[in-house]
Amino acid sequence: MTDTALSPVFATAAPAARVRGYWGTVGRRLRYDYVTLFFLAVILLIVLAAIAAPLIAPFDPLKTSMAFRLKPIGFRDFRLGTDELGRDMLSRLIWGGRMSLLMGLVPVVVATTVGGTLGVIAGFVGGKLNMLIMRTMDIFYAFPSVLLAIAISGMMGGGMYNGLIALSMVFIPPLCRIAETATTQVRHLDFVEAARASGASSGSIILHHVVGNVLAPVLIYASSLISVSILLSAGLSFLGLGVEPPTPDWGLMLSTLRQAIYVQPLVCALPGAAIFITSLSFNLVSDGLRHAMDVRI
Amino acid sequence: MWAYAGRRILYAVPIAIGVTVICFGLVFLAPGDPMVNLLPPDASPADAAYLRKLYGFDQPVPIQYAKWLLRAVTGDLGTSLQTGRPVISEVGRALSNTIVISLGAVLLAFSLAFVLGTAAGYYAGRPTDRALTAVSVVGVSVPNYWLGMVLIIVFSVQLGLLPATGMGSAGSDTFSLFNWEQVKYAILPVITLSMVPLGIIMRNTRAAIAEVLANDFVQTLRAKGLPETMVIRHAVRNAFPQVLAVMGLQFGYLVGGSILIETIFTWPGTGFLLSKAILTRDIPVLQGAILVLAMCFVATNLAVDLLQTAIDPRIRRA
Repeated sequence: MTDTALSPVFATAAPAARVRGYWGTVGRRLRYDYVTLFFLAVILLIVLAAIAAPLIAPFDPLKTSMAFRLKPIGFRDFRLGTDELGRDMLSRLIWGGRMSLLMGLVPVVVATTVGGTLGVIAGFVGGKLNMLIMRTMDIFYAFPSVLLAIAISGMMGGGMYNGLIALSMVFIPPLCRIAETATTQVRHLDFVEAARASGASSGSIILHHVVGNVLAPVLIYASSLISVSILLSAGLSFLGLGVEPPTPDWGLMLSTLRQAIYVQPLVCALPGAAIFITSLSFNLVSDGLRHAMDVRI
Repeated sequence: MWAYAGRRILYAVPIAIGVTVICFGLVFLAPGDPMVNLLPPDASPADAAYLRKLYGFDQPVPIQYAKWLLRAVTGDLGTSLQTGRPVISEVGRALSNTIVISLGAVLLAFSLAFVLGTAAGYYAGRPTDRALTAVSVVGVSVPNYWLGMVLIIVFSVQLGLLPATGMGSAGSDTFSLFNWEQVKYAILPVITLSMVPLGIIMRNTRAAIAEVLANDFVQTLRAKGLPETMVIRHAVRNAFPQVLAVMGLQFGYLVGGSILIETIFTWPGTGFLLSKAILTRDIPVLQGAILVLAMCFVATNLAVDLLQTAIDPRIRRA
């Protein structure tokens, strides 16, 4: 009798008692954040277009034509016009997305791995090693990021790989600092002490207790760097320090078309618009993620 | 205050030394013999031997560094391979031009951003805030070298209102604020340069104002019947030092990072000098300009910190 009387109470109480986990909350917040979702879709579209470039580009992005140089938007089959060597702009923009995304993402991934690892080590070990690592990072902080990127790639003589190295170097110090701060905060918490007391090795403490707490701020910060990296790498290409011609790349296209702004201003503005839309989308998605994950950096 | 200032200045010393080490090391990043990079292509073997001895390339690296540093401290940064003039005078002339547009840009950005950011912070979470925040995101997302081109297309090519490139009459490279013909040339670069600091200062102002307004004392102010304009005044006074510091840092970033904008507008500043040096592989100019710009950045950071401490007593106590 008592059983049957109690069970309905249980049945109604159970859903209310269900606690949404951290990721559940994050997902729920994101689901109602239409701005972030929209720009996430934009990013997916750009990435898909870049991956599928050979399939969807209407023309060969490298095929030049002296007869069709600098044609306006909508000229014959060239829906977005042609560049200074008569190459189809639409095809070059689609192919250019490959290079620009690659140059935007790779340095951030490299810097997150290297900087994050260095930061966790510095924060966890502390003492002299922390001093050594963090003071070295401070020195790199003494350069404005644009100047440091240009200094490194300018000295090494340009090219895609040197550009990637230069940008990675630029992003390592801030990521290292973020990881170090987060690690130092976690290191003295009770559960780390408890793990140590129960005989866990440093490696396993870092892996099981530290990384999980450091990851969120590091990843959020890294996601905000993607937009910076896209802008900077396009800037390097613009200066002739990044991707080399004739490879289609938005920054490089902007640079070679610069001479033609008096002839076809609209066509010349296209690669920059592509950079702008991509960087804006990454920025807004990063902001949305930060908000949803409730991370303060 | 003075103890803090002393500590802060002492702290800048190792950073400055580190910066010189990196700038010195940059030459070793360049492919090939650093010696070859410093020589004009048509140098005779005797010149090469002379320079090798002068720069100490026949000695161990730490001694090379010490020699280089000693010369750098006395203002000898070598000679430009392109013009044959001392690097220090080339950089010095260019630096003043860069400071002109950077200062203009940061002042423009600050005056706009502080007002807009205060409004956004005051209306935090409401439509006004969202609209203004969108402006600041655009500011930090726009590739400013592209914006420069778009402004040239609109104001120079289409409307013919403002000059597109250079700095006044042909070859001119000294700026005068009281000469309208010259000021005209600075307008587009200044607007272009101000976009990033506009976005960043706005974001910081918004956050600072919203944070102050969330304090209990603000509720007390309202409870005792203070008009909203006075409440905003309280918020502004509290947020101001922090925003001022952000502005100072942005000025530093602009001086060091105006290379793309100066290249677009062929503005004869340090950025344009750097981009020319990259094209012609003029390593002494490249190294000298980077060293001077990085030192300016260190000095700006130091000045900002000291200034902020001077006007905001809360930092000293912390």
